[in-house]
Amino acid sequence: MTVAIVKYNAGNIYSVVNALRRLGIQSILTDDAETLRKADKVIFPGQGNALEAMAHLRKYRLDEEIKNLTQPVLGICVGQQLLCKHSKEGDVDCIGIFDAVVEKFHPVAHEDKVPVMGWQKIEIQGEQYQGNNLLKGLGEHPYVYFLHSYYVPITSYTIATANYILPYSACMQKDNFYACQFHPEKSGKTGERILQNFLDL
Amino acid sequence: MNALAKRIIPCLDVKDGKTVKGTNFVNLRNAGDPVELGKAYSDAGADELVFLDITASLEGRKTFTNMVERVAKEINIPFTVGGGVNELADVDRLLQAGADKVSINSAVLCQPDLINQITNHYGSQVCVCAIDARYDKDDWYCYIRGGREKTGRKLFEWAKEVADRGAGEILFTSMDHDGIKQGFANEALAQLSEIVSIPIIASGGAGKEEHFKDVFLQGKADAALAASVFHFGELTIPHLKQYLKKEGINVRI
Repeated sequence: MTVAIVKYNAGNIYSVVNALRRLGIQSILTDDAETLRKADKVIFPGQGNALEAMAHLRKYRLDEEIKNLTQPVLGICVGQQLLCKHSKEGDVDCIGIFDAVVEKFHPVAHEDKVPVMGWQKIEIQGEQYQGNNLLKGLGEHPYVYFLHSYYVPITSYTIATANYILPYSACMQKDNFYACQFHPEKSGKTGERILQNFLDL
Repeated sequence: MNALAKRIIPCLDVKDGKTVKGTNFVNLRNAGDPVELGKAYSDAGADELVFLDITASLEGRKTFTNMVERVAKEINIPFTVGGGVNELADVDRLLQAGADKVSINSAVLCQPDLINQITNHYGSQVCVCAIDARYDKDDWYCYIRGGREKTGRKLFEWAKEVADRGAGEILFTSMDHDGIKQGFANEALAQLSEIVSIPIIASGGAGKEEHFKDVFLQGKADAALAASVFHFGELTIPHLKQYLKKEGINVRI
């Protein structure tokens, strides 16, 4: 199986490479359209600023490439946000798979700390999603590691929620596009299972 | 609503690529190897790991960087590294090697602008500001160089400044409580939490399970760090977490 990781100006992608290697997968880090198209799975990670990331993706026409992929694609963190229609971070139009607008967290109480950094339990949404293949076998207490200042509100594509300041999308899915706001590559055994589930799709 | 789990963080001191004080860890082939020890803690349910380089030599620093690369390859939870971080180039080297966060202490008290530099380059989340302090007559004062040198900076003022400069977290060690195993400096910790709105990691004083309950409930800490109670097997993370859960504290199990 070939797994391609989208290479762009989006921070620490090596943790994803390392996580896949622990699962026995040697991934390909690439910004080549042909290589992305041919891969069995594509991971679209992200860290950093949405505005700068989108400018980079547009410059190399990767936004269109990603949008047209037909194999399973997994967006991680800012990757999930960039798969939405628009981000308030820099007020930028994004790739537009998910019809949603990425919002900034506004602390309500003194204990509300932004960026959100740490472990949270996610709730897998609705009975129809209990069997979602990305989230199967996670057990009763799927705690995962979050690190972000912007969030995707709950939409009809939301398959798992988190609740920090307000409920928001922890995982999303539409057709072949999957996404996590948290970092499965840093989420211990639960994260490993999610990555393995994605590889098994 | 803040639904983040309270974090339990074992701290590993590393000298010339080997863990110091890690010898009593049960069922481990090589507790002297920081990567293997870190992995055992991760499997036991640690939420994060801290690796501190206590070697000063250039050679030791290179060994430590190699170790950081191995940790990044082997371990699937976030980890912080520290010790000997004096300039942006050190931060760069450790992040390149795969660390999630870098902890700084002495260097920032001497040149506070380093915090701004780090957060501007890499974001506030990578910048953990370690503060060692001791109560002296009338107030808490900050110390540098592993607690050997007292500064004129007062704890609460300095904490506010590092938060304003963009630090992502504060790792506060009470030198009065460290090594005594009578509990954390809960009063000072609670006051820190009032003053700043970034997460506080409590360090110094862990001896038994109740101390962790107290540091979360009274000390309002976001995370608790400990070394010897874990290294010598006096407490195990699974037991500790079961206990905390029973006490109504949100922990990742």
